[in-house]
Amino acid sequence: MTTDVPATRPPRSPLRHRVTRLAEKVTTPLLPADYLDLFHPLRSGADLRGRIEEVVPETADAATIVIRPGADWAGHVPGQYVRIGVDVDGVRQWRAYSLTHGPRADGRISITVKAVPGGKVSNHLVRWAQSGTLVHLEQAAGEFVLPAKGTKLLFVTAGSGITPVIGMLRNLFPVADDGVVRMPRSAGYDITVVHVAPSEPASIFLSNLRDLDRAGLVRLVARYDDVHGVLDVSDLGDLVPDLEERTTFACGPAGLLDAVQAHHEERGLPLLTEQFRVATVVTGEGGTVRFRNGTSIEADGGTPILTAAEDAGLLMPSGCRMGICYGCVLPMRSGAVRDLRTGDLTTAAPGDDVKIQTCVSAAAGACDIDH
Amino acid sequence: MTVMQKKDHDPTAHLTSEDVERLGEELDAIRASVVATRGERDAAYIRRVISVQRKLELGSRAVLLVSIFPPAWILGTAGLALAKIIENMEVGHNVMHGQWDWMRDPKIHSTTWEWDNASPSEQWKHSHNELHHTYTNVVGKDNDLGYGIMRVDEDQRWVPLYLAQPLWNFLNACFFEYGIAAYDLELGKNLATRKRRSSPEFKARARQVLRKIRGQVTKDYLAHPILSGPSFLHTLTANATANLVRNLWTHSVIMCGHFPEGVETFERRSINGETRGEWYLRQMLGSANITGTRAMHFMTGNLSFQVEHHLFPDLPSNRYQEIAPQVRALFEKYGLTYVTGSLPHQVGSAWKKVFRLSLPNDFGSTAHAKVLELVRPARREDEAQAA
Repeated sequence: MTTDVPATRPPRSPLRHRVTRLAEKVTTPLLPADYLDLFHPLRSGADLRGRIEEVVPETADAATIVIRPGADWAGHVPGQYVRIGVDVDGVRQWRAYSLTHGPRADGRISITVKAVPGGKVSNHLVRWAQSGTLVHLEQAAGEFVLPAKGTKLLFVTAGSGITPVIGMLRNLFPVADDGVVRMPRSAGYDITVVHVAPSEPASIFLSNLRDLDRAGLVRLVARYDDVHGVLDVSDLGDLVPDLEERTTFACGPAGLLDAVQAHHEERGLPLLTEQFRVATVVTGEGGTVRFRNGTSIEADGGTPILTAAEDAGLLMPSGCRMGICYGCVLPMRSGAVRDLRTGDLTTAAPGDDVKIQTCVSAAAGACDIDH
Repeated sequence: MTVMQKKDHDPTAHLTSEDVERLGEELDAIRASVVATRGERDAAYIRRVISVQRKLELGSRAVLLVSIFPPAWILGTAGLALAKIIENMEVGHNVMHGQWDWMRDPKIHSTTWEWDNASPSEQWKHSHNELHHTYTNVVGKDNDLGYGIMRVDEDQRWVPLYLAQPLWNFLNACFFEYGIAAYDLELGKNLATRKRRSSPEFKARARQVLRKIRGQVTKDYLAHPILSGPSFLHTLTANATANLVRNLWTHSVIMCGHFPEGVETFERRSINGETRGEWYLRQMLGSANITGTRAMHFMTGNLSFQVEHHLFPDLPSNRYQEIAPQVRALFEKYGLTYVTGSLPHQVGSAWKKVFRLSLPNDFGSTAHAKVLELVRPARREDEAQAA
């Protein structure tokens, strides 16, 4: 499935390039941007950021965060997600969230966040986010987007897996004050939504889905664990009689996705999935440490990664070997390490690039080191 | 001072190795308590400092565009000197130590920071973080002891060149940023032999330094003066003055860290197989603090808490002040001397040592004898003639 994603900005003109070079001579060793950021962090040419403008509670533990993105925001397609960097307790944390509106007339974007138990970022955003706060953004990404031409679709969503689907549906069926608007471009779509949640009140966007169901625009099949029992995917055929004619989009935790995948493969049905919460990093003692050149070593939980890598013949940056000089710091793309001085765990999900001191960090699970 | 190991009285003689390890654990606990509470307040602090510093620099440079007017020259120069000091001390030095790496902000990180100084951050981090902070005050290992151009310890061998070291020290103070660059480049050692001079590694590093210096000089002595138009010369002298003031100030503060009387030095052999506790002990005895106002501490980049900084070089600088009483209590508990004094006192103490050690150790006692020796034969000749 392909979708037209808005093009990025054209390259700079030679004159502008020359002016920039001159400005750099005036600000060195910093860049002109370092000064401009003090006054206009959302300007064109700046690193992509956004400013939180509204925080709207959705349920007791979910909220929609409305963000004004920087001038270089390239737009998005309903169903895509955005990676967002938020400072929690002073530490920058990156997470991916679905964009819950189609492109809006006011140029703002929104994400809907459900506070997951123990979730640093989700809890911070739902309970502590304040308008005016700057956040860091990446351009929207994701292949989990609505097909351009109307067709028969089935959405299987669980928990906060509803968010990319809501983005698609809101774009397709905008809601005005006097009800849902029927747009010509929505005519060809025939949509069924099977939404699963632990119980009814915790189901975010429920009223939105119900409105669409009542207006006859989608067919909603809501399944609550406490009422209907945990969904068994082999029942999908009963819940959705014309399952075989539909392309399925599934979004939710890994367990559900694996089950739907097995179910659909068996029957040869088309399926697109998006796992929403990043895979849990499995932590333990020691693990396989992979490096950029393809080398991979088995490191135990008591040996610094620096030592283990050097023993395996790798050339590593190093310094004091006691954790004070920061000469050995390397980015960990994903994985988990334990600080041998304190026992503290540091984990990185893919894309996080957490910098670690290799001389005092031992593997606490599989690690991917950018070196 | 003489290396601790050769002294008649060893200030650590009363401590057993168990005491030293317990001291290490108590210091680890102080470190852990800061790490556990590191958070939003600290992040807000460093961001505010960086923001204020940049605005001060911008404002001062804007005022200097009309530096042809004397009040503008004075105001702009003062502001720029302040901004440069803050940039080097509270921001640059500390960021490059990795004190703010925990924030995971790529713009305030030891691996990406570049400072307003002649020495490229990469080279400075190697010679400072790795060599000086690991081998603090170990004679023959820590080049910060006299920076390779001075003798600041009795156990450094005297050569006649040191006679002029008060002059070297003054010149180094005036051009300190270039002194640091030459020092980080290990210029003395690397220029000594043809082999070292022509090694590709040295050449690459030398090119890196020259590139950095070219950028710095172009900015302060060409780009900003040109922007000032008719104030060209005035802005040039203003920038030179701001750099001079920054150099003199940072040099003075840094002299106070390890040179004042009462600070111990260590024999090379003494660090073989050193434990964590022993390393901590060496940092405690090898550093000296400066007492003063909050503003003074800030302008030194909190290096006035040199003891705390050397114990925990990667803790956020705003926390040194807070843990200082706990650290000092440990000095008392373990019967150690916490060396500290006012800025003028510590600067004076360091300078006194620079003067004293410009002469050989035994100069005071042997000079007298030597003078007598020179005089006596003459007298004998006189007597012979008279006889």
